[in-house]
Amino acid sequence: MDLLEYQGKQLFARHEIPVPSGIPARTVDEALAAAEQIGYPCVVKAQVKIGGRGKAGGVKVAANATEAREYAEAILGMDIKGFTVYELWIEEASEIEAEYYAAIVFDRSARAALVMLSTQGGMDIEQVSEENPEAIATLHVDPLLGFQPFQARRLAFEAGIPADLIRPIGDFLNRLYATFIAEEAMLVEVNPVIITPDGKVKALDAKVTLDDNALFRHAENAALRDPSDEDPQEQMARDYGLAYVKLDGNIGIFGNGAGLVMSTLDVVTLFGGEPANFLDAGGGAKPEAITRAVEVICSNENVTAVLFNIFGGITRCDDVAAGLIEAFATNPPSVPFVVRLDGTNDVEGRRILAEADLPGVYTASTMNEAAEKIVALAKGESL
Amino acid sequence: MSVLVGTETRLCVSGITGSEGSFHALNNRSYGTNVVSGVTPGKGGQDVEGIPVFNTFHAAVEESGANTAMIFVPPPFAADSILEAADAGIETIIAITEGIPAHDELRVYTQLKRMPGVRLIGPNCPGVLSPGKANVGIIPASFFKEGNVGVMSRSGTLTYQIGNELAQKGFGNSSIVGIGGDPIPGSSFVDVLELFENDDQTELIVMSGEIGGDAEEVAAEYIAEHVTKPVVGYIAGFSAPPGKTMGHAGAIVSGSKGTAAAKTEALEAKGVRVGRTPTQVAEIAVEILGG
Repeated sequence: MDLLEYQGKQLFARHEIPVPSGIPARTVDEALAAAEQIGYPCVVKAQVKIGGRGKAGGVKVAANATEAREYAEAILGMDIKGFTVYELWIEEASEIEAEYYAAIVFDRSARAALVMLSTQGGMDIEQVSEENPEAIATLHVDPLLGFQPFQARRLAFEAGIPADLIRPIGDFLNRLYATFIAEEAMLVEVNPVIITPDGKVKALDAKVTLDDNALFRHAENAALRDPSDEDPQEQMARDYGLAYVKLDGNIGIFGNGAGLVMSTLDVVTLFGGEPANFLDAGGGAKPEAITRAVEVICSNENVTAVLFNIFGGITRCDDVAAGLIEAFATNPPSVPFVVRLDGTNDVEGRRILAEADLPGVYTASTMNEAAEKIVALAKGESL
Repeated sequence: MSVLVGTETRLCVSGITGSEGSFHALNNRSYGTNVVSGVTPGKGGQDVEGIPVFNTFHAAVEESGANTAMIFVPPPFAADSILEAADAGIETIIAITEGIPAHDELRVYTQLKRMPGVRLIGPNCPGVLSPGKANVGIIPASFFKEGNVGVMSRSGTLTYQIGNELAQKGFGNSSIVGIGGDPIPGSSFVDVLELFENDDQTELIVMSGEIGGDAEEVAAEYIAEHVTKPVVGYIAGFSAPPGKTMGHAGAIVSGSKGTAAAKTEALEAKGVRVGRTPTQVAEIAVEILGG
């Protein structure tokens, strides 16, 4: 789960990482009240989960109340690379002497946390890493030993941090690592880390990604999930406990197991179709999960045909058939279905389906045959 | 022979008194797996249809001679259970549990790498099946028979799909190994490739990968240098949009790295043939081994 900048900063503050003070606001009035409380100049910052806010006009310094109102009005509702701004973060203006970059990422290939530090902060770090990779000092942390003081020193010296800042930057990195571990983050990135004229180190930005699998032991973080930034179908699927990703095509896809569903999307695409979604009902899907899945898939109005591709392991094909019949009984879909059932209790499942003789439901015995049929049906052809 | 599980397996099931744990433990036993014990703290002294339950892995190893563990406990307790099994001297640990926090997996992985002789398969995997010998996990064994194709995969149901395509062409399997779909699998494709390379029964290796990470790219390098047996690849996720998690925590594409196209290219560059559909994987197997 990605956090908004201000949520990341609040998380940092809990771990004693210095951040500028600020107040979140959802309306122009709230923004103005926040600006009055903080004082001027203050910064009006769009809160969206995408980089490049400054260039898009989503970050402005307000010198007085008139400007604060003007900027809040302009930025709220603004579209930044496809993300609508619903929230602002009104922050005290900071004096900046230098801008650095610091990040810790969960490096799955190396099977360790990777700590990065650079004096080239404030810019696009991917560009720095392409054009001038030696400007970024990096090292991996032993997961059982943790981040060591010598590692902080080494990073700081290798990044070319001035001598008088080695210790404060080391402290900063230590706290960042403590945050990464304590909050079970997959990424903590600060760009820029600023040095103020009086030599203080502060996080001027915060990009934090948390591990969804660990949220059960971080109730405070789990509460930060923002339903407003999810697609309505994705939200519905989440409420039902289904793994769903909306795509651009018109063929609804249902399957069990992430790998098989991905493979189904690929095979449908190879046969000339365009999948409308990824939906993994998971292992052991019960009839009610099937009914809900049909509801989620069909609520996407682009869908003109639906493919069920099941290879039963824990999932039983007779349960899938029963669920499909239930779905048709409660809310009959208006689009054709192709159903392929293999694996545990497949014979029984196929028998149940044949007996039910649901309108517009076709069967297939292999994945390729199923893909071929669904592509034809989605184009409006009859079988 | 087969790899990881077989006639020598003496299985202890962690979480055996739970509904899933007991169901699959008994399922594995009825397949012929030697299930010698289970572990549930506080339920030592009980039994599950004749399988003795112990409070600790240490007691299970001492009393029942277990050498293999299957982990079926919920995510908050799974890492601890894996570490307990390893500490008790279990050599092969197969973790079925899905949804273990990434930082837990990282600590477990790092610790187990420091314990020579201990091997973890999974987590978030369907287990290991050596047809005709032993089944440890949730793979529907009735679809597979003994044979000469070794299969390893990051996904459960996709493994069944590919195994079934192979079966329809008349192939059986030495072992089917689900390495799991998580970012930090206990064993990688490379680890299992090494086992299949050294296994007499295996004549062809099928590797079923998916988007995300670099396990397939690393495997391609390893195959070129160390594997003499033919390998057929499959990669799922060609139509996955970048930046979206497709169900498996591991299956996420960031930027240009880890895409299905890049993985296919890396494998083909090392002479590994890659099927574009599960059906094609079986067709390539026929070409290599004969029908």
